Amino acid sequence: MSTPILDASFALNVALLLMLVAIAFAVVRTRSLLAAILLMSVYSLASAAWLMVADAADVAFTEAVVGAGVSTIVLLGAILLARGETERVNWKLMIVPGVLAAVVGGVLIYAASGLPNYGDPASPANSHVGRAYLEATYRDIGAPNVVTAVLASYRGFDTLGETVVIFAACIGVALMLGFGSRATLAPPTEIPNDQHVVLRVVAKLLIPLIVLFAFYVQFHGDLGAGGGFQAGVIMAVAIILHALVFGLRATMAAVPVSLARSVAALGVVVYAGVGIVCIINGGGFLDYDYLFSPRVEAMIPANLLGDPNHVHHWGQHFGILFIEIGVLLTVSATIVTMFYGFAGRTIETIEAERRT
Amino acid sequence: MVEALHWIGGAFIVAGALLSILGAVGVLRFPDVYTRIHAASLTDTGGATLMLLGMGFLSPLGFVTLKLLLVWGFVMLTSPAAANALANAAYGAGVRPRIGTFQIMGDDKPGPASSGDGAAS
Repeated sequence: MSTPILDASFALNVALLLMLVAIAFAVVRTRSLLAAILLMSVYSLASAAWLMVADAADVAFTEAVVGAGVSTIVLLGAILLARGETERVNWKLMIVPGVLAAVVGGVLIYAASGLPNYGDPASPANSHVGRAYLEATYRDIGAPNVVTAVLASYRGFDTLGETVVIFAACIGVALMLGFGSRATLAPPTEIPNDQHVVLRVVAKLLIPLIVLFAFYVQFHGDLGAGGGFQAGVIMAVAIILHALVFGLRATMAAVPVSLARSVAALGVVVYAGVGIVCIINGGGFLDYDYLFSPRVEAMIPANLLGDPNHVHHWGQHFGILFIEIGVLLTVSATIVTMFYGFAGRTIETIEAERRT
Repeated sequence: MVEALHWIGGAFIVAGALLSILGAVGVLRFPDVYTRIHAASLTDTGGATLMLLGMGFLSPLGFVTLKLLLVWGFVMLTSPAAANALANAAYGAGVRPRIGTFQIMGDDKPGPASSGDGAAS
């Protein structure tokens, strides 16, 4: 087999990484905060494309929905409350941080030369830990997507920690900005009926499709790329799109503020509850093999998922399913609460609150 | 036969890429917001259509073709709507076109900021 002069994936890697560098410079150079936020969204999209080229589909998915999607919306909500431009910085103030950044960058580039080659089968990560997981996953858990198996089962305790961190972020934002309920105090914004008719029609078509896609991502998490984190963000995006097109009040009537914040807590309860059920049935915390008592497990028909010959680990299968539902609830409700917090805090609503 | 399909598909993808480059040049070079929006939406709709058509020729007929068709439907639904929303917002913010004039619903009052280069940053 002759090697091509220019490897296609090498060329893609170089092109995407150069794009990332260019966008990073543009973000630093621009003085308009709005342009910086949009450029950062482009940066996330380009790095998601690069991660996809590097075959890290789960990470690329997360980067695309969180980095390019939701964080852009939250930052845009924040910029409504801030001044739109940065001040010109005296160049003397930039000497020390600049030198520091150059030194750290140099050290990182020097350290990167000591890393094993990309995809090297003899590298420590691929030959010991990674290989052990790849070999054991199908035997222990039976999930085709090893990423989900590691994330939700082998390291279920870490993922519980991450879910709690997201819930803590929800509480933190809500404590600073409020839950957004003061938005209902403000007079309803007058939107002329005929102006956004195209947007409203398209949004009405899209929102159910987005929710459907979120469920697809949720329930195919152990088969392909996806899972509770990505699905939760996609679900929240559908709600945010509704708020952007139909107004915050209409969305708050459909998804009340109190519902959003209680669902965020409920998700953590579901996740930790699965772990406690495992303890009750005689296993360790989040040890899904003990999720069902033997009597319940015997009641599950062998052909529940079609193939009766394949040995199913029902505890593992349902355990991952349940905790992913917990993650979905917490992530989506957290993002909606954060969005409510920012969106419910415009200048008009703050003035309306002051009047009452 | 397969060889010919590969050439046709490749030609469509290259044509789509060229149209996207043209759109990018248009976004940078056109004089005002509305013409720039036009150039950008050309990339989204025309370029994406040609590329998806090329991918359809390259892939075997079947489930992949259906998926590409659905992607095409999604793009044709969202990107013109986005262009419309952008132009609508620009008009609402009082940005007036540099070349020629147009009237929407008989309203031609200058808005709060009628400088006309909202996209330049």
